Amino acid sequence: MRLEAQGLGFGYPGKPVGRDVSLALGAGEVLCLLGPNGSGKTTLFKTLLGLLPAQAGEVLIDARPLRRLARVEVATRIAYVPQTHTAHFPYTVRDMVTMGRTAHLGPFARPGARDHAAALEALETLGIADLADADYTRVSGGQRQLALIARALAQAAPLIVMDEPTASLDFGNQALVLREIRALAAQGYGIVLSTHDPDHAFACASAVALLHGGRLVATGAPSDVLSPARLEAVYGLPVAVERLPGGHTVCVPDLSVP
Amino acid sequence: MDGATRDTVLFFVRLPRVGAAMLVGAALAAAGAAYQGLFRNPLVSPDILGVSAGAGLGAVLGIFLSLPVLGIQLLAFVVGLGTVGLVLLIASSVRGREPVLVLVLAGVVVGALAGSAVSLLKVLADPYDQLPAITFWLLGSLAAVKLEDLATTLPVTVLGLIPLVLLRWRINVLSLGDEEAKALGIEAGRLRVVVVAAATLMTASVVSIAGIIGWVGLIMPHMARMVVGPNFDRLLPAAMILGAGYLLVVDTMARSMAVVETPLGILTAFVGAPVFLWLLARGRYGWT
Repeated sequence: MRLEAQGLGFGYPGKPVGRDVSLALGAGEVLCLLGPNGSGKTTLFKTLLGLLPAQAGEVLIDARPLRRLARVEVATRIAYVPQTHTAHFPYTVRDMVTMGRTAHLGPFARPGARDHAAALEALETLGIADLADADYTRVSGGQRQLALIARALAQAAPLIVMDEPTASLDFGNQALVLREIRALAAQGYGIVLSTHDPDHAFACASAVALLHGGRLVATGAPSDVLSPARLEAVYGLPVAVERLPGGHTVCVPDLSVP
Repeated sequence: MDGATRDTVLFFVRLPRVGAAMLVGAALAAAGAAYQGLFRNPLVSPDILGVSAGAGLGAVLGIFLSLPVLGIQLLAFVVGLGTVGLVLLIASSVRGREPVLVLVLAGVVVGALAGSAVSLLKVLADPYDQLPAITFWLLGSLAAVKLEDLATTLPVTVLGLIPLVLLRWRINVLSLGDEEAKALGIEAGRLRVVVVAAATLMTASVVSIAGIIGWVGLIMPHMARMVVGPNFDRLLPAAMILGAGYLLVVDTMARSMAVVETPLGILTAFVGAPVFLWLLARGRYGWT
């Protein structure tokens, strides 16, 4: 399964956000999208998922144009993990995750034993099976994020698009999600995620795309793309990129007042 | 009272009325539950979206034109559906503001518009024959329901219920919002149209025999959600049972409380409005 964007222009009707974005993602790869607030990450994701029509270029899934696929065909290929939201109704975490099975159900069907088993397995993978019967609206933001990732696993699509999956998480849960992303990639999932933290790209990504003002500044391996000069150009302050003795790479912004 | 009279009263006066109360209550509650899920908003209901007012206008127009019951129902459905369409059109063209607020305000405005059209028809109506019928009907009442009315309304209401039952799982998914529903594999726009049409058909068909009975479609789904949770699978039957039981009790009160029969719509508002305030005051906006 391969997701490709070719010369993609994206945005809202009458309000273009970005253009000329070309990306590719295959099985087992993790593509990390980095960029400042307002650089167009969420809009790009919505276009990759077909939730917004492409304004130019094309999104391809296995060389087939996304716009020719029905919603259910897209949903069995790409799962979407939206930014943590508050639901309007207090579904249980279990119900929320089971909704990931919808693309595998007939139009008039409701989830059966196999779907409930898939939902429970996804909850167990994320380590939140004990929250199954809690109200989705009452668990913490981090737990909601984990539930949304579990829903994507229950959806059983080979590609997963995650919009800032670590945004609302504490330090420990961020690490948990990054570890889970690596584990999923090792199982063969292709994952696109956006983040505000370049360290996360070093921690889990096989490729990085740096987005600034709706244009791709650079794509490639994290260590090639995330140079101090580029990070300074995009984020507007000096950044040191340090390799730690353990093999990890961290990005440290210069906090001294000019 | 001899046996024959007693039978007549039981089978042709009391039973149709009991059946009508339960049918109207169940249909309004089912439509309310569907609208609330669909618009992701526990505040919407057939009343607030202007469906009741629109269907009421259609039905009043039908009475004004001296149409048969089926004609009144059809007109109620068409105008009711037109009203929802207009409300949704206004809400979607006023972008970039609080969408829920715009939706509710659009419903209030369109409902008021339908109300003034009703007033115009009242002025034009025959003051000795049509006007009393229209006025009493607008207050909401089951006093005039005959067995034949029930026989024509029940199939139409069931016709509206079938899609809601068949699509009950997908209505859950749709309540997450269009984008998420699409990403989960649902043609959200198409499903929304089907569910709105089904819920409006249910509302219009019961409005055409019972008049405008407010609050049932707003309060009963809340109550049901407190008991069984928001999963539409369980919410739909629970809301319908509660709605049927509630309207049966209120109609019995309307019939027997005073020497003169109290219009049903007045009683449901007397009970419904305080309950809704209580839900608001619980601080969670009645989301539970």
